[in-house]
Amino acid sequence: MKRVILVALVIVFAGVLFAGCKSSQPTEQPVNITINGSTTVFPIAQKEAEVYMNKHLNVNISVEGTGSGNGIAALIDGTTDIADSSREIKQGEIDKAKANGVNPYEIPIALDALSVVVNPQNPVNALTTEQVKKIYVGEITNWKDVGGPDVPIVVVARDTSSGTYEAFIELALGKGVNIIDKAIVQASNQTVKNTVALTKGAIGYIGLGYVDSSVKAISYDGVLPSKETAKNKTYKLSRYLYMYTNGQPTGAVKDFIDFVLSSEGQNIVDSVGFIKVK
Amino acid sequence: MKKRRAVIEYLLPVFAYIALIALLGIVFTVLVEGLPLFKSYSVFRFITGKEWRPTSEPPLFGALPLIISSIFVTVSSMLIAVPIGIATAIYLSKLSNPFIKDFLKPVVELLASIPSVVYGFFGLVFLAPLLQKIFHLSVGLNGFNASIILAFMALPTIASLAEDAISSVPVDIELASFGLGASKFETIFYAVLPAALPGIFTAVSLGFGRAIGETMAVLMVAGGAIGIPNSIFSPMRPLTVTIAAEMAESPVGSQHYMALFSLAILLLLFVIIFNLLAEYFRNKFSFKRG
Repeated sequence: MKRVILVALVIVFAGVLFAGCKSSQPTEQPVNITINGSTTVFPIAQKEAEVYMNKHLNVNISVEGTGSGNGIAALIDGTTDIADSSREIKQGEIDKAKANGVNPYEIPIALDALSVVVNPQNPVNALTTEQVKKIYVGEITNWKDVGGPDVPIVVVARDTSSGTYEAFIELALGKGVNIIDKAIVQASNQTVKNTVALTKGAIGYIGLGYVDSSVKAISYDGVLPSKETAKNKTYKLSRYLYMYTNGQPTGAVKDFIDFVLSSEGQNIVDSVGFIKVK
Repeated sequence: MKKRRAVIEYLLPVFAYIALIALLGIVFTVLVEGLPLFKSYSVFRFITGKEWRPTSEPPLFGALPLIISSIFVTVSSMLIAVPIGIATAIYLSKLSNPFIKDFLKPVVELLASIPSVVYGFFGLVFLAPLLQKIFHLSVGLNGFNASIILAFMALPTIASLAEDAISSVPVDIELASFGLGASKFETIFYAVLPAALPGIFTAVSLGFGRAIGETMAVLMVAGGAIGIPNSIFSPMRPLTVTIAAEMAESPVGSQHYMALFSLAILLLLFVIIFNLLAEYFRNKFSFKRG
């Protein structure tokens, strides 16, 4: 019995050694790229990095989702190669970067359109900016006040730390506005969609990529969310998603950014639910 | 041979103390990460604040709605699970025949091994629409839904341990009761159950621990609203849900991060207080022979 275990151990050990040798034989110099920033951009960056690393075995990309502000701060401090951001860089940040000898270079990589969705049974098809705002702060609490049936409105929102929450506050409600505390809070686009699909009086907001027949996207200020209306900026709840680098990207970082902007990279953008920019 | 025994004698206590080390490690970590919050945010405001707005300017860390939600959900789940659990235990140990017991007890215990995410899914897809229909609610994701799911999760612990407690009551107590002319039901309720009480307290306190600490299922069905709940049918945000939902997005070392660890301190305190109470009652009702 002991001998069998010993033999098994030797085989396993040899296997591990062999595997270790094989993967550590460098074909080229290993390259590390770090990406830090927006949690909204995170799924795009993560997926792009995975596919890219499969093609370039010598490149190691680490992706972190810490928020747009943190990502840009990291770029300014020189602790990241690429900063993901779901908003444009602010003038104050540019000044700070310049003072640090960093020159932020903006690369729009995708578009995002927040779709306001309701239950498919709800006859309401359109809301104005004002109505959405009043619903989310709790001044309108019944669908009959916006041309619907006499059904109480169930407000569905995202966790306060999500990028989508921040974007919605910024684009639809205005900075510093607090959503009513009775709102159902969900942790992801998917669970917001499920809740709206299962709840007759619900209203929620999700990324365009998540909209399907289980919920009904309504027109916002007369415009329905779509790839076209997001691209031509007529849909007000749309925004670009960016990657920022220090100066024009070069070397491995440039190669990765080129991949993100290539048709394959843009198809990845599409597959994780956002809108291509190329 | 002697050597081997000596090694084992020294090793076993080491293993036994691993649990203690883990516990101390957890308490230490939670305190170290959480307590610095109170340098910049008063404990009083933290515990009695009615608004949890961790990302507003300035951030508000009022944990009261979260505390109330946790208590609401846990207590009501216990109100459901304890009677059902004890009734199940009495039936299994004293009233059913051995064949039924051999079949039902494993079934009840199987409930304990269902992953919590499955419970959550069940609550989300099945229970939520059902509750909406029965109680004419505008939304099925609420404290009541969470309480029912938690009751099912705590039920196997309570039923199984209570059954063990009742079964291990010495048979002479039962016989003495019969000898005094008591009926079967009188015997169960006035002789066997009181003797099994300490064990039942253990069962309930473990069930309570399961209910207050459960995260995933509650995250899926409780609704997550940050307001103070005004009824069991309000969407709620218990402590565990807040920690789980927000930890991934809060920058390490920020006030928000510390506040989440402070919520964990509160949870630990609740569990410790409840366990001490259970211990007290366990001793108070402990059956003294001779």
